[in-house]
Amino acid sequence: MDNKFALDDESVVVVVGSGAGGGTLSNELAQRGIKVVCLEAGKRNEIPDFVNDEWESFGQLAWTDKRTTSGDWRVARDFPNLPAWIVKSVGGSTTHWAGASLRFQEHEWKALSTYGSVDNADLLDWPIDAAEMAPWYDKAEFRMGTTGTNGIPRLPGNNNYKVFSAGARKLGYKEFHTGNMSINSEPRDERTSCRQLGFCFQGCKMGAKWSTLYTEIPKGEATGNLEVRPQSQVIRIEHDVSGKVAAVIYADKDGVLQRQKSRVVAVAGNSIESPRLLLNSHSNLFPHGLANGAGHVGRYYMRHMTGSVYAVFDKPVHMYRGTTMAGIIKDEARHDPSRGFVAGYEMETLSLGLPFMAAFLNPGGWGREFTSALDTYDHMAGMWLVGEDMPQASNRITLNADVKDRFGMPVAHVNYDDHANDVAMRNHAFRQGSAIYEAVGAKRTILTPPYPSTHNLGSNRMSAKAADGVVNKWGQAHEVPNLFVSDGSQFTTSAAENPTLTIVALALRQADHIAGRMARNEL
Amino acid sequence: MRLVNKKVPLTRRTFLGSATGTVMIAGLATKAQAGAPVLKTVASPDSAATLVAIARDIYPHDRIPDLYYATAIEIIDRQLMEAGDTSGLLEKGTALLDTVAQQKFGKRYVDIVAEGDRVQSLKAIEGTPFFAKVRAGMVTALYNQKVVWTLLGYEGSSFEHGGYLERGFNDLDWLES
Repeated sequence: MDNKFALDDESVVVVVGSGAGGGTLSNELAQRGIKVVCLEAGKRNEIPDFVNDEWESFGQLAWTDKRTTSGDWRVARDFPNLPAWIVKSVGGSTTHWAGASLRFQEHEWKALSTYGSVDNADLLDWPIDAAEMAPWYDKAEFRMGTTGTNGIPRLPGNNNYKVFSAGARKLGYKEFHTGNMSINSEPRDERTSCRQLGFCFQGCKMGAKWSTLYTEIPKGEATGNLEVRPQSQVIRIEHDVSGKVAAVIYADKDGVLQRQKSRVVAVAGNSIESPRLLLNSHSNLFPHGLANGAGHVGRYYMRHMTGSVYAVFDKPVHMYRGTTMAGIIKDEARHDPSRGFVAGYEMETLSLGLPFMAAFLNPGGWGREFTSALDTYDHMAGMWLVGEDMPQASNRITLNADVKDRFGMPVAHVNYDDHANDVAMRNHAFRQGSAIYEAVGAKRTILTPPYPSTHNLGSNRMSAKAADGVVNKWGQAHEVPNLFVSDGSQFTTSAAENPTLTIVALALRQADHIAGRMARNEL
Repeated sequence: MRLVNKKVPLTRRTFLGSATGTVMIAGLATKAQAGAPVLKTVASPDSAATLVAIARDIYPHDRIPDLYYATAIEIIDRQLMEAGDTSGLLEKGTALLDTVAQQKFGKRYVDIVAEGDRVQSLKAIEGTPFFAKVRAGMVTALYNQKVVWTLLGYEGSSFEHGGYLERGFNDLDWLES
């Protein structure tokens, strides 16, 4: 093997995954002189490889390794082996994300204290708060070039946004604009600015949208301290007799198993693979899975309350022209139980191309009612609703003993049921979304159920007490001192906001913490 | 506003009107003959023609010519062949549908005049693996054809045209300000 760092080099930090959490952490540690091996399951697709074609890009970038599903969520019925749409490629889901970079609201760090106990939900306060996270959000926004911060102008509004904002104004909404987006509105950080391609979800061919693929990772590699190994799928994490992680077993691009020794391991494989990896790393010392003594690994999986509203107008809109997400209304993100539910939701413009619209507008639908909508595709405007869903112990990732992957490891099984609060919130959001479009002349509105989840959270949650979660306020496993979780699976609660900015802020903070501990030989 | 030209450019293939180039005189084609696909897992030309009719009734767009439904059926047929499927799923499915059509309306499926009646026949077999395969297959087999994109007003790939920054990303002009 021509690895940069030797497989038996025990001094390296191994990071599993190269996305918002893993890519950022890898770079930050490398900048501080720490040797990092970043193992990415996917290939290294670069900007010239991206294609402006929804299905071809899906085949190139999407994680399609088999998973199974159950629960009352419609995804289990319509897409039983595709619970999530995430990326298997260097850069992780920062390759295909829309760029929305929102901070949590202050109260969302304290969901249990703010909302009170909710029946059949397991709300918990994060062990950190807005004051602690503020400087890390500052760093993340500067790092990512988020519009609306640091003097960076917001992007111009596209046709989809024009309809959305006109409706928002009519309904009396107060807080709407083209969003805090980590997409260059002007050249910045040696990357050019957005040309409104309309294929954000397929990898930004301008490099205008922030992605670890062409920011964090090359910067980390330039230090000489970061080695990214693509097509390296981690199978198990091994520990020593004292219960500290010692090595990582992964399959290389030829499917041959390799063992990389490690001083510290950070897991950032997104919220289905990360708990799966810990569960598959069970041993005599950890019979229920690595770091799973409290039984919470895989539990409280959250995917946000989501849904879409598409509206048909008399005249063309061409919503697909320009950024996939082009604007936001924040008024409904507040906590206001007078609406009939706790927590809140954001409203964000969204466009799908015709191929994806046919697949997701009404999965399983057919006949004139369906095609009469697609016949008006170029007259459509659309939005996505994203809100805080309730953490439930039964919403969880487990191992499916009956279905194995090509390495003989049990695949992830995802069970999810909507909570009554999620349903009430969605119904409200559907009504408000429709009202926005009707206020400006929509002839027809179409309510679309949640897509395979693009926001996957919570399955290795942070807690103050070891009995309540998997990791502590640093993302460090309660039970295993040199094991960290660095992706969205750390989230104690889901908040209403798109998670990437928070994942990056947490990774910047975690890197600082890990580096300090290593320097003091505490890790 | 820059509008999209949703007309299909006239080419030899679209003029001839068949998925495989068989000559057809425009205007004289019966429903059974229009754009008949050539299939690997279906032997009977009547079944092939019925499949095109089924395809259209599942996802009816009046402005999409039969040719593109025929192409979609050819794609699904090829997927079955490449998967090594020898069950005769498509042939048996059309036979079942014709049986249902006979029972309900006294005719073969393609001879039922009213779309609503044909849809009733399809609903009766909606739970079958045949229907599931055709419907799910059509989602990509029909809607991933670039001509269908044009007909429905989707402009496709954008990078090579410099994106929409100068091609109307915000040219909507009909909302009252």
